[in-house]
Amino acid sequence: MTLRVTLAIAVRVLTQLRRDHRTLAMLLVLPCLLQALLWWIFQDQPLVFDRIGPALLAIFPFFVMFLVTSITTLRERSGGTLERLFTMPMGRLDFLVGYALAFGAIAAVQAALAAGVAIGLLDLDLRGPDALLLLVGVADAVLGTALGLFVSAFARTEFQAVQFLPAVVVPQILLCGLIVPRERLPEVLEAVASLLPLTWAVDAMEHLATTTRTGEVWRDVGIVVTFAVAALALGAATLRRRTD
Amino acid sequence: MSVVEVVGLTVVRGGTTVIDGLDLAIGPGVTGLLGPSGCGKSTLLRSIVGVQRVAAGAVTVLGEPAGSAPLRDRVGYQTQSSSVYDDLTVLENLRFFARVLALPRAAAEDALASVDLTGHRDAVVGRLSGGQRSRVGLAVALLGSPALLVLDEPTVGLDPVLRRDLWALFHRIAEAGTAVLVSSHVMDEAERCDALLLMREGAIIAHGTPAEIKAAQGVADVESAFLALVERRESA
Repeated sequence: MTLRVTLAIAVRVLTQLRRDHRTLAMLLVLPCLLQALLWWIFQDQPLVFDRIGPALLAIFPFFVMFLVTSITTLRERSGGTLERLFTMPMGRLDFLVGYALAFGAIAAVQAALAAGVAIGLLDLDLRGPDALLLLVGVADAVLGTALGLFVSAFARTEFQAVQFLPAVVVPQILLCGLIVPRERLPEVLEAVASLLPLTWAVDAMEHLATTTRTGEVWRDVGIVVTFAVAALALGAATLRRRTD
Repeated sequence: MSVVEVVGLTVVRGGTTVIDGLDLAIGPGVTGLLGPSGCGKSTLLRSIVGVQRVAAGAVTVLGEPAGSAPLRDRVGYQTQSSSVYDDLTVLENLRFFARVLALPRAAAEDALASVDLTGHRDAVVGRLSGGQRSRVGLAVALLGSPALLVLDEPTVGLDPVLRRDLWALFHRIAEAGTAVLVSSHVMDEAERCDALLLMREGAIIAHGTPAEIKAAQGVADVESAFLALVERRESA
């Protein structure tokens, strides 16, 4: 891995995003708008919003980063640019970490905006430290990026890449505690939920919402980061200099 | 001395042997790799730049194993698509690849000037014509003056004037000391090469200068030579 190449890739991905206003809006504005919509839906039941608001702060970065990364890296594979880069002095980790850095930076902005709107405008009640909220958001987005990089290896077209959304992301959303708290799921599903990374990201946000203690949050962040590193390692295994 | 040496190259894709025990040596100058679509040209070029998984054999480029670390800033490559980022400007594309290659910023401008795109440096690549996009891809391959340039069908679908200009550019690059290997499925581009490799069904059926190949078959053009070679093989 070479720092020069890693940074070149991160800067290039950010330059591409800067030019793509629609995607940038999806990454930064849409999470805030959806949150506001939800707040409106539960206007007369603020307790419900207080319960699912934090979970949403965890789900949005994961969801959109997964989507954007799986499509952009698929384009690199099918458009020939990845092949060209592999004939140059670029290592697999340069590519993966470059992407993770770029989307991690976007995620920090996204997390700050979404949390700012939720806490500042929508009166979401959070007890934990703001900085930790930002950290969970970034870890969560890097997890989405890492999984997106990994699954892009199994898609040939952008249409196939989008199909991973209902297959990989939606089950995690259903089981993460958003709809039914994890402890109240049937035993088997609770066990499955505890094996899914999004569950721990949501768990971190819920701890931040309900208590000033940070021990569990750090544990959850550790679990999410472990999943992200594992997904990056799997992603690295699917990136081959020589292909068929 | 040969720039590329291929010994016993065998490539299997999806259970089918695409190239079977190919031996080949490519020297300096402009070498054309000509053959119909699907004959294995891209597979051979990918083997030379070291991105093709090979079943057996050895490919040596400038004395090093194909695709090895010492070659990664000495071999310029353009895939069949132009392999640049459509959502970046021309200059942003070149600056990015120049940074990956650890070249100074001026390298991007030099490469742009050599493909005559300086006037479009701030245009977003996705809005350029097919010919211009292809030249952006070529400029990236030219970054840092590589010792070997491998171009996969760079002239496909281009207007004849542009094709003529590109071939002139290939010769200028070759005169400056870079070996140029260009594939094409258009036989009338054969006359523009210093050396020719005629390829069919994964095998090289003729290798020499255009004049040598035509003389050996006693015909007036390379396309007739190709047909004569194929007919002779099939009746044998």
